[in-house]
Amino acid sequence: MYKINAESKGLVSHGVSACAGCALELIFRNVLDVLGEDTIIVIPPGCSALFSGYGKETAVKIPGAQMTLEATAACCTGIKRGLLAQGNTHTTVLGFAGDGGTVDIGLQSLSGMMERMEKVIYVCYDNEAYMNTGIQGSSSTPLGASTTTTPAGKPTKRKDLVGIAAAHDIPYAATASVAYLTDLRKKVKKAKETDGPSLLHIHAPCPTGWRYDPAKTIEIARAAVETGCWILCEFENGKWVINKPLKELKPVGAYLKAQGRFNNLKEHDIAQLQIQVRDHYARFIEKAKLN
Amino acid sequence: MQRRPEKPMKTLKSCKVLGPVATIFDSANTGSWRIERPVVKFEDCIKCGTCARYCPANIIDIFKDERECVVIDYYYCKGCGICANECPVGCIEMVDERSARKNDLQNA
Amino acid sequence: MTYKMLDGNGAAVEAMKLARVKVVSAYPITPQSSIAEKLSELVAKGELDAEYIRVESEHTAMSAAAAAQLTGVRAATATSSVGLALMSEVVGLAAGCRVPIVMPVVNRALVAPWSLWCDHSDAMSVRDSGWLQFYCQNVQDVLDLMIMAYKIAEHEKVLLPAMVCLDGFFLSHSMQKVEVYDQKLVDQFIGEYIPKNTYLNTEDPMFICDLTPPEDFTELKYQQKVAMDNAVDVIAEVQDEFYRIFGRKSSIIEEYMTEDADAVLVALGSMSGTAKHVANEMRKRGLRVGVLKIVVYRPFPFKQIREALKAKKVVGVFDRSAGLGAQGGPVWTEVCAALRGLDIDIRGYVGGLGGRDVPETTIEKIFNELLDIYKGKRILHTNWIDVKDNAMEIREVLKVV
Repeated sequence: MYKINAESKGLVSHGVSACAGCALELIFRNVLDVLGEDTIIVIPPGCSALFSGYGKETAVKIPGAQMTLEATAACCTGIKRGLLAQGNTHTTVLGFAGDGGTVDIGLQSLSGMMERMEKVIYVCYDNEAYMNTGIQGSSSTPLGASTTTTPAGKPTKRKDLVGIAAAHDIPYAATASVAYLTDLRKKVKKAKETDGPSLLHIHAPCPTGWRYDPAKTIEIARAAVETGCWILCEFENGKWVINKPLKELKPVGAYLKAQGRFNNLKEHDIAQLQIQVRDHYARFIEKAKLN
Repeated sequence: MQRRPEKPMKTLKSCKVLGPVATIFDSANTGSWRIERPVVKFEDCIKCGTCARYCPANIIDIFKDERECVVIDYYYCKGCGICANECPVGCIEMVDERSARKNDLQNA
Repeated sequence: MTYKMLDGNGAAVEAMKLARVKVVSAYPITPQSSIAEKLSELVAKGELDAEYIRVESEHTAMSAAAAAQLTGVRAATATSSVGLALMSEVVGLAAGCRVPIVMPVVNRALVAPWSLWCDHSDAMSVRDSGWLQFYCQNVQDVLDLMIMAYKIAEHEKVLLPAMVCLDGFFLSHSMQKVEVYDQKLVDQFIGEYIPKNTYLNTEDPMFICDLTPPEDFTELKYQQKVAMDNAVDVIAEVQDEFYRIFGRKSSIIEEYMTEDADAVLVALGSMSGTAKHVANEMRKRGLRVGVLKIVVYRPFPFKQIREALKAKKVVGVFDRSAGLGAQGGPVWTEVCAALRGLDIDIRGYVGGLGGRDVPETTIEKIFNELLDIYKGKRILHTNWIDVKDNAMEIREVLKVV
């Protein structure tokens, strides 16, 4: 049982050393708030490990373990089965990992977990690079974004995580955005009620890595959705749904120019990106129609 | 986010444990990072709760019936400015932390 | 008494079943595969009341097993060779988090070259990862050491995971007559699993394995070192208790005709059986040779070995792993450390790699060399005992010039 040294509303400490304006922090609080205290969390090393704690102290009131970077889904599996073996069907098991720990090094164990249909909630907060190690590019870094390992801008597109989850035909997968908290919380609740694996891919703007004013986190997250750079969708029982479908996409220029990581893009690069984003959105709409 | 009812007391016993484990729930004084502080013009506030909802540290409380209807816990507030940026009526202003502290001292 | 014909893998499964493991997560790899298969069969038939996780890699196998055990159940996994190498990150994590998993390791060479067959390079590569290591001579050893390993690993003064190493094919696939114990007696011996240290439970939360600052890291490592030290006595106690209940003697090291021996060979695993046999044969010819079998490699029984060999003039050590870049194999290096300061000529032998048999002739060659040294003969020591003369020329290719 935790010794409580600081009072807090909810299950998460108020003073956590996430950067000012960190979207992950807001996501973390909302996810835990919806899931409640009968939850065991697995956190890999990375930004979310700031919530694991340091030394004797932790920032969460629920039980958890910080396991290896690539094995979040594997550890969740073990915990779930350990609980089931003891007849505990009520405790929620949550994996909470970043994009690197999910779409790069953790993809294998995540794929295994989904294929076996483990009843685990897997949340990937996506800040589009390895932020905790110093803003290195991941396979979720978008086309054109500059990171410390893609200094000239990433030459390739990002992986489609929810598409990968859908390819496993899991009962529930969804994207969410920190700008749309009601939608996000509704999706966390759905994930909790899902009988089987559920995956939430949550866009998490990062002022430090994306190089924008911390005050703009929500504004940037909203712009990502309004421009079609981040599509809010759900894959539920084999069917795709686009939440808040957009009749018209806002131009990507303002979204990109608000972030230092896209500074190196020339006007024609932005024009090309615009085509790519429109194209991707249109294809997504088509995919949703095929249901 | 709501306050949770306290659970009934359990019997606790102090035990030594081996290996890496955190057993204390604690908070850092992240307010010490602040360069700018959010200051609310209460008379303009429409008490919509947007600032509280988007505060990453969850340290803004809305008291609809009070004059000081928005209370920010400056012990934790990192001064990110999201509340000010998201406020639909623009009633939160980011002010320089050092001059705000000076004012606090003078008013005290 | 109940006897069964079992191979080494079968004996390992029998032990896991007797220990009533509640979660199984195993990934197939030759020559371990029949453990994964048999466990899944037992779960499917309802003969083992456990959750079976059909994992997609050894890394996940160990991750899931460690995490499952943290919820308060005995978890089982098993591996071999490159599988152990793949899971080695989590092997260290399980030890550091003090999760007392018991895992059979079916010894097989590490790549490259690819080999399906036995040597000890896999287990030796993780010898310092904080796991107890036991080496089996025969199939009965597999069952006995597995059962004892649960009690030792879970002991509150130890709380370390344990590997029970059995030589690939030589033991894993060798059918032998094994005495299998009564479930009630095993229940009584190892007891129900009670998580004594840290655990994941929403009724009693704690956060396991968060970042540890430099001012505490050394102390948490020291706790593991103390556990290893404690394990020496705990192992001896458990072996005594095992003897009282099941009637089989076991020891940390086994001294076989060493007392009056002019030359002693230190060995571990299945080859120690061959070595004992050769010693018997040579004794018939009046040659005083003996064998020291290491049963427990971690914690390394340096006191016992020093006590057993302190009066010897010549000692040989057989390593079934290459110890590349070191002066000798890992067992030799540690025996040297155990005997440091004593006037003993300690010769290291590397052999039996990648499935090469260690036949009587090889052992006899070693004993003869050791006896020659004992007699004061100056000889050219053959460190790699069974290497062919044409080692540097066994592959040839036609290259485009």
